[in-house]
Amino acid sequence: MSSKSPVTVLDSLNLGLHQAMEDDPRVILLGEDILDPYGGSFKVTRGLSSQFPKRVLTTPISEAGITGIAGGMALRGMHPVVEIMFGDFSTLITDQVINHLSKFQAMYHDQVTVPVVIRTPMGGRRGYGPTHSQTLEKLFLGVPGLTVLAPFNIKSNEALGIPGKLLYDAITVLDFPVFFVENKRQYLLKLLSSTDLQEYEVSEIETAGKASLPFYKLALRAAPKAQITLAAYGYMAHLTLEAAIRLAYDEEIFCEVLVPTQLSPFELAPLFDSVKRTSRLLSIEEGTLSLGWGAEVLARTAEALGPNLKVARRLTATGTVVPAAPTQEADCLPGVEDIIVRIREMV
Amino acid sequence: MDRNMRLYQQLYTIRYFETLLLEKFSTGVFHGTTHTSLGQEANAVGVLSQINEDDVVVSNHRCHGHFLAYGGDPLALFAELMGKPGGVCGGVGGSQHLHWRNFYSSGVQGGTVAMAAGMALAEKFSDKDAIVVDFMGDGTLGEGIVYECLNMIALWDIPILIVLENNHIAQTTPSHLAIAGSIPQRFEAFNIPTTHLDTSNILEILPAASRLINKVRSEQSPQALIIETARLGTHSKGDDTRTSEMLTRLWQTQDPIAIHGARLPEQDRDAVKNKVKENIQSAFMKALEMEGGGS
Repeated sequence: MSSKSPVTVLDSLNLGLHQAMEDDPRVILLGEDILDPYGGSFKVTRGLSSQFPKRVLTTPISEAGITGIAGGMALRGMHPVVEIMFGDFSTLITDQVINHLSKFQAMYHDQVTVPVVIRTPMGGRRGYGPTHSQTLEKLFLGVPGLTVLAPFNIKSNEALGIPGKLLYDAITVLDFPVFFVENKRQYLLKLLSSTDLQEYEVSEIETAGKASLPFYKLALRAAPKAQITLAAYGYMAHLTLEAAIRLAYDEEIFCEVLVPTQLSPFELAPLFDSVKRTSRLLSIEEGTLSLGWGAEVLARTAEALGPNLKVARRLTATGTVVPAAPTQEADCLPGVEDIIVRIREMV
Repeated sequence: MDRNMRLYQQLYTIRYFETLLLEKFSTGVFHGTTHTSLGQEANAVGVLSQINEDDVVVSNHRCHGHFLAYGGDPLALFAELMGKPGGVCGGVGGSQHLHWRNFYSSGVQGGTVAMAAGMALAEKFSDKDAIVVDFMGDGTLGEGIVYECLNMIALWDIPILIVLENNHIAQTTPSHLAIAGSIPQRFEAFNIPTTHLDTSNILEILPAASRLINKVRSEQSPQALIIETARLGTHSKGDDTRTSEMLTRLWQTQDPIAIHGARLPEQDRDAVKNKVKENIQSAFMKALEMEGGGS
């Protein structure tokens, strides 16, 4: 493993892939344009084809085919990792994910396992326009047999950083199919160190299971009781932290920020604990409103807490395509200002 | 038992299993649906009698014949179709989703080609000399993923034998309403060597399969075998829109059991048939008596 310490989410994911390939000969990479010197559209796979030339396969533009092939390889003992170049193209793999990879273990009566990781960057704010900017993971939430993960940009005590550690575990430890949701803007974020987060009390809540799929709770140190719980993941978790700190300093509104790394299946106990204290819940995501992540989070919280949940809302993208023009795109996607405005409305 | 007798026994095992299955479906002991292999028995037995123990077989919705020819237990298959915990996949999979040893089947058209290609690629990475045999039908040629996978199978020299059973009908749609151009040229366009047989005669299918399986194994690269065949039964349980004249003609000219049976003395043939019937009936009764499932 490289001795250098990861600085960004991109570094962390890249190191996680390097480490997984080094430690586990069953790991193989498939994806479009992932060979060096290009190293992938977003450079997450940079260096891997040079270090492991036989185990990195650059593929034709055949998302369904490579995902299905990865499923077949996994059934015969390998641990394939598939890169889907843009999250928008995940629509092309839905039959393979839903009718094949996620089904095999149960439909073959637990006689097989399907350790495949499908990684893909979602998200806009780069001006790529309607078919290269979407946040589509809601299509995969709740699919039986499929786990959906999203990294959080913190360093924690992990040499790889949390994004890389999460990816490493998904590849080498988990033996079921994983849809691993990255985000284009998140790649460039710095991994937050304990110094960066010194104003926060950070709790890393371990979930049960084979690998560590932590749930994070961030609350300002020595602050009065929080008035609202904010639920967000991935890049939106970063924007949510920014909104929370501004509200605390500028308006004395205090929030608890809850960040899962496992989106589906929904395991929300730490979130329920927070909402029991605040009685208000805002979910924040970059996807569209209807039947999204937040819809399920709110429904489950309402079921779990009943009248203890007093106010609940969702902040999402508007229901249009994601425009290419910068101002129109900014109007479409939820930003820090939108989060602040929505929280003000709720407390 | 000589080879022709043994082959006849395997062919008739599938024939009688499927016949009894259809006969008993109306009594309510089975659940869901089924796609019978009637008429295509020689493809299953001809090809699968030639594989090695470590080889992998991938089949589709019409998989009972392949499963039985692979050596699958008729009792476990009956139990699966009855939804019993003692079935091949505990009753979860049902007719189309079977897995036993290195046999896998699934019910979505096209996806099984990707699955089979991935398995064969894994075998290639493992440096073992196992190969994959993948059965697909003419109807599957409508799916785009097939062509994505043929491309990668050829690009990466994946050790797979694709057996395309062309029964000229997809559910109720005759192939002339669904397939343009040439089927062999679809494979040849990817430089996948293609062998084309127009026969229901197991003694033509078996040597071709043997030769192609050996080539896939020794050359570690793909081959395609297209077999013009006949679906003598319905698509599922009772959906056949073909004319009775057409079906009569298919039964008279393309019944693999009749073709191969003609090679055996009548007395031997009857002895094999009676033995198979006894075994399959006994498997059916035992499955019926197994715990769980039921309606």
